[in-house]
Amino acid sequence: MFSSVSAFFAPLFETSFSLNDLMFMLKGAGITLALTFWAVLGGTLLGVVFGVIRAISPWWVNLPIGIVLDIFRSIPLLIQLVLANSFKTIIGVRWDSFTIGCIVLALYCCSYCTEIVRSGFLAVPATTRRAARSLGMSWTQDLTAIVFPIALRVGLPSWIGLTLGVMKDTAMVWWIGVVELLRSSQVIVTRIQEPLFVLSIAGLIYFLMSFPIARLGARLEKRWREND
Amino acid sequence: MNYTFHWLPAFRALPDMLWGALVTLEVAVLSMLLGVFFAVLLAVASGSNYRVLRGAAASWIELARNTPALFQIYMAYFGLGSLGIHLDSFPALLAGITFNNAGYLAETFRGGLRAVPPTQLRAARSLGMGQIQAFRLIVLPQMFRVVFYPLTNQMVWAILMTSLGVIVGLNNDLTGVTQELNVRSFRTFEYFALAAVIYYLLAKLVTLSARLLAWRLFRY
Repeated sequence: MFSSVSAFFAPLFETSFSLNDLMFMLKGAGITLALTFWAVLGGTLLGVVFGVIRAISPWWVNLPIGIVLDIFRSIPLLIQLVLANSFKTIIGVRWDSFTIGCIVLALYCCSYCTEIVRSGFLAVPATTRRAARSLGMSWTQDLTAIVFPIALRVGLPSWIGLTLGVMKDTAMVWWIGVVELLRSSQVIVTRIQEPLFVLSIAGLIYFLMSFPIARLGARLEKRWREND
Repeated sequence: MNYTFHWLPAFRALPDMLWGALVTLEVAVLSMLLGVFFAVLLAVASGSNYRVLRGAAASWIELARNTPALFQIYMAYFGLGSLGIHLDSFPALLAGITFNNAGYLAETFRGGLRAVPPTQLRAARSLGMGQIQAFRLIVLPQMFRVVFYPLTNQMVWAILMTSLGVIVGLNNDLTGVTQELNVRSFRTFEYFALAAVIYYLLAKLVTLSARLLAWRLFRY
């Protein structure tokens, strides 16, 4: 059916890009979203744990965590992916490249998320926390009912930015052999030789996945700042 | 685990890789200089009264911020070819990263300009300074203070982004050299681990010198 539809449309656009190709690219976009989902999920869970640890621990716990996480932010993601992939072969684990991509991206996401959580945590004024404690709240209650809600407001806009950043960085995962959106567009380019057109479609899909959420984040940031 | 590490060939290739690191720095610095130039234009354009200029600036900024850097480099390398503009891998990488840098920095500069209260400009003017004098002596230094930290961050990102050059066939930057060595010997882990260390040191060099510079520049 697809081929007949594309045969109908082909003279309109004068392109050999078919609906099948679009489907192939949308499938790639699905892989991109799946990578983003797992990476951000893992990265955020780890990031919250490390962020809280960094905010409340003494310097001799704080410093090593900070240094290790900083490494993930100072090495190109491409190199991290290649290293992880070859390390997998060295220790002889049979994970597919999708899993490796998720793990590397999750660690990368975690290193940024930790800083977001930490700065959100530290943005809660000490007086507010003391007030909560003197109202009779326990330490845990203070954490869950006072610190987290306030830190969430401070950190959510940057977290949205981080999520979109990770989504864009998934484009590098094809280097270790995952066919995501950008790679799928390359496959089609190789076949039909219309790089500008196919890449534009890929760009449009990325843009549509990123722009509305980026706008939402900017709006949240503005609205919450007005309430302060 | 039956793998023996061979670090010696990697260390022997260190001089080559350091030359590659120089190319990496070159791309990063050039892309930052060009990026700052275009970002200033974009920041000015997005505050202008002409809708066309505003629209053009907005589309550049939103495209740069909402698509992957790798996509932008691809566009420069493969996409422009359809329009008859055939770029080599080096200029294509440079163009891609510059486009990206300009988009992110434009937002930074816009925020920086907004952070300087307009009363400052008016005060300078009423002290008898000319428009340009007031902008140069009063607004710019204060703006620079605000954008300095994001600027160094962007520089680190620019360095990390240059590693994408290998995907469009650049073979003389740090990742490119490493990949060439890797293809010849298949000691992937050793070579790339060494490259990772060099990238880390480069990034730290930038942050450290920026901190020293900030300490010299911004004390009262």
